[in-house]
Amino acid sequence: MNIKFDIEGGNFSSAGLASSEVKRLLKQLNIDIKTIKRLVVAMYEAEVNIVAHAYQGEADVEINEDHIKVVFTDHGPGIDDIDLAMQKGYSTASEQVREMGFGAGMGLPNIKSHADKLNITSEVGKGTRVEIICYLNA
Amino acid sequence: MSLKTKNINHLTVHSIAQVVNGTISGAPVDTEQKIEYAFASDLMSDVLMLDTNDITLITGLANPQVIRTAEMSDINLVIIARDKKCSSEMINLARENNITIIETPYSVFKVSGLLYNQGIKPIF
Repeated sequence: MNIKFDIEGGNFSSAGLASSEVKRLLKQLNIDIKTIKRLVVAMYEAEVNIVAHAYQGEADVEINEDHIKVVFTDHGPGIDDIDLAMQKGYSTASEQVREMGFGAGMGLPNIKSHADKLNITSEVGKGTRVEIICYLNA
Repeated sequence: MSLKTKNINHLTVHSIAQVVNGTISGAPVDTEQKIEYAFASDLMSDVLMLDTNDITLITGLANPQVIRTAEMSDINLVIIARDKKCSSEMINLARENNITIIETPYSVFKVSGLLYNQGIKPIF
């Protein structure tokens, strides 16, 4: 099963809509609640990242028999140094993002700790691709 | 007699609202819900990092992302401290996701102290 969500950069009131929809769907599919939580927390952080940093993006969700894969692709400034961005506490977030309770440099480390696999590729000035995989019954 | 002296280590939503002099909104109160653990944070990423279930979130932030964070973290009671007021967007989002909100004029520190004194436990 494949589902695609559009994510609007800068629109904080819609941040989390895709993760919320996926959570609802996975509950209907009777996926184990711990797996749902791991996936949606990782998704939500990635969604907030797009809203916080990019102009526009999308989430492509692929539900398979043994794993769920979500690919976030955005048009945005990109990440110059991915290793640095992965460090806890490193952030380039705006004051507005911090006021929402994010932007403390925990987003990417949080995604890494919740997902079974995380792959990030990025091109400065173009955008970023974040691939998250969670195995079912892991 | 305080609840602590009766050696009860959980509270109901209504008794928490009473302890923090709060107002209840969002999803209807589950009178069966027993609150045992709480976590206080204004950083939502720190809340999302937790792998404990059935906790109450105490925060001084009042924006829709607080409710979204609670939704993703399976938290169904959020205490909004420092006399911050919830928007209708927050309240609607909470109703949709079965999250009860308590708004209190007290600070995060005072809310935490009062609830700790009543036997509510930290998760670490």
